[in-house]
Amino acid sequence: MCAFHLLINKLVIENLKHRPVRTLLSALAVGVQVTMILTLVGISKGMLEDQAVRAKGVGADLSIRPPGSSAIGLSGNFDERILPFVQKQPHVALATGVLIAPTGPITSITGVDFPTFSRMSGRFRFLEGRPIEHTDEVIVDEYYAKEHQLHPGSTVKIFNREWKVCGVFEQGKLARIIIPLDILQKLTANTGKLSIIWVKLDDPSRTNEVIAELRRAGLAEYQIWSMADLISQMSPNNIPVLKTFTAVVIGLGVVIGFLVVFLSMYTAVLERTREIGVLKALGATPAYIVGILLRETALLAIFGTIAGIILSFGSRWLIETLVPGSLTQAIVPDWWPIAGLIAMGGSLLGAAYPGLKAARQDAIEALSYD
Amino acid sequence: MTEAPIISARDLRKVYRAGDVDVHALRGLDLDISRGEFVSIIGPSGSGKSTLFHILGGLTPPTSGSLHVAGYDLLKISEAERTKLRKTTVGFVFQKYNLLPTLTARDNILIARDIAGKSVELDGEFNALLDLLGIRSRLTHKPRALSGGEQQRVAIARALVNHPAILLADEPTGNLDTENSTAVLGLLSDLNRRLGQTILMITHNAEAAAYAHRLISMRDGRIVPNA
Ligand SMILES: Nc1ncnc2c1ncn2[C@@H]1O[C@H](COP(=O)(O)OP(=O)(O)OP(=O)(O)O)[C@@H](O)[C@H]1O
Ligand SMILES: [Mg+2]
Repeated sequence: MCAFHLLINKLVIENLKHRPVRTLLSALAVGVQVTMILTLVGISKGMLEDQAVRAKGVGADLSIRPPGSSAIGLSGNFDERILPFVQKQPHVALATGVLIAPTGPITSITGVDFPTFSRMSGRFRFLEGRPIEHTDEVIVDEYYAKEHQLHPGSTVKIFNREWKVCGVFEQGKLARIIIPLDILQKLTANTGKLSIIWVKLDDPSRTNEVIAELRRAGLAEYQIWSMADLISQMSPNNIPVLKTFTAVVIGLGVVIGFLVVFLSMYTAVLERTREIGVLKALGATPAYIVGILLRETALLAIFGTIAGIILSFGSRWLIETLVPGSLTQAIVPDWWPIAGLIAMGGSLLGAAYPGLKAARQDAIEALSYD
Repeated sequence: MTEAPIISARDLRKVYRAGDVDVHALRGLDLDISRGEFVSIIGPSGSGKSTLFHILGGLTPPTSGSLHVAGYDLLKISEAERTKLRKTTVGFVFQKYNLLPTLTARDNILIARDIAGKSVELDGEFNALLDLLGIRSRLTHKPRALSGGEQQRVAIARALVNHPAILLADEPTGNLDTENSTAVLGLLSDLNRRLGQTILMITHNAEAAAYAHRLISMRDGRIVPNA
């Protein structure tokens, strides 16, 4: 039984080797589809993980966001007079407010009150340069600096203004581009507004208690998250647009796999008319002949998946090298089998019609075919 | 009591539909072949020789009449049973060898066993046949590395590997030079004599036809009665 399968596998492998360019291109196309899925999912995961790391880097126990906001992304600002109110609540050791202003579709600049922020999260560790001393200065994290090749003394243009980079700090602290809170408030016409208040407690085990108390004390409408809840919210499942986007890319992947394998197997069937006729003359059932094509297809999908996984390391390298400050891609091994199954599904669908054609092919015509 | 013929055809007809026209390829053919015979079939082009083989071998069903091949009633059996007939009861040899180009000679032979669902090993008896065919040393080569004569001998080995009751050879020497033709014809004759293999062979060549015990002429889809 085992040897029985070995021989047909040998035929399948010889067939694939017989047309190396077609085999390579087909597998590569399936691979591109797999990479597309792995890269998209990897970027979603990587960016959210990165956001979580930076949120943790603040060193707070809970965060307060405006009513109707979500844990992820920007969603409106609120009056900074809440800050002293929060600060007065029992068990609140320290509260600091930040303002976040978008600078692009996925980038933003953050205004920070340095005295309170540094007390909460520890001092910024500067890899280069120093803290901000003048009103036209900005500090950036190492990834942003790498992407834009910034060093102390470089200038960046944000909000139609030239800023002087005075320091590059170790990543993992809230944001990538930071200026003083009051300057950002003025610049964006958000005087007296905050986006988030971060709160540190004198006893972190009382987090839920304090949240309940804050809600009772008048912040019932606000989104108040413990750090743990906040981070658990940072999952692609909580971003509907990301789910839709992933579904679209998966759909596209299935279509690509289908078309490529359809074409590849269709030409294979046309080219092997005579051989299929011979197999039929030898008594091969339609299932036997379809089996050969399906095995070839499955191998293409497996090669393609492997290529796609390797390529996803390539796309991560590209992102790390070219745009580390804008995008982060995680390697997502738990998606490897899923992407593989998607590739397999699209490919087998693509092989269905050529397989049917082969199975139905008239042996006599095939044998008299030149 | 004599044994029933292994092939028995009565008023066998085959009509092909080619577009709007009906092509009458066989027009009432009667034929009896006994087990162990070696028969040559000759006849002009288009007289229906290949069609007869395709029907005998279960590649296409007859249109009407009656035909029994090794216990199969070819007018009644299903597609699946015809597949089984091809797998177990007949072996085809073609003018164009028709080996699978990507497989070695050995694997070309073994794939027939694979298709038949038998173990893919060559037993001692079959190795003796390979010696007889003179291809044992060529088994690891792919078809393109073999001469026409060698390819045809591999094709004969493939046709015989499942021990079919009937070997159908359609112009087996049509593509071979005289030397190779002589060798292949000698082999067929040997197989018939030593192993009692029933063989039907189509040929255009009178010398080739002379290797058989019996000569059948076809014309216009019928057997020409012996003069
Ligand atoms: N698949 C088919 N469809 C339609 N007509 C066919 C088909 N196969 C054969 N024919 C026709 O049937 C007739 C008999 O053909 P066949 O191939 O059996 O002749 P043959 O005796 O083998 O000829 P040759 O010596 O040239 O090989 C011919 O007129 C041929 O055109
Ligand atoms: Mg013919």
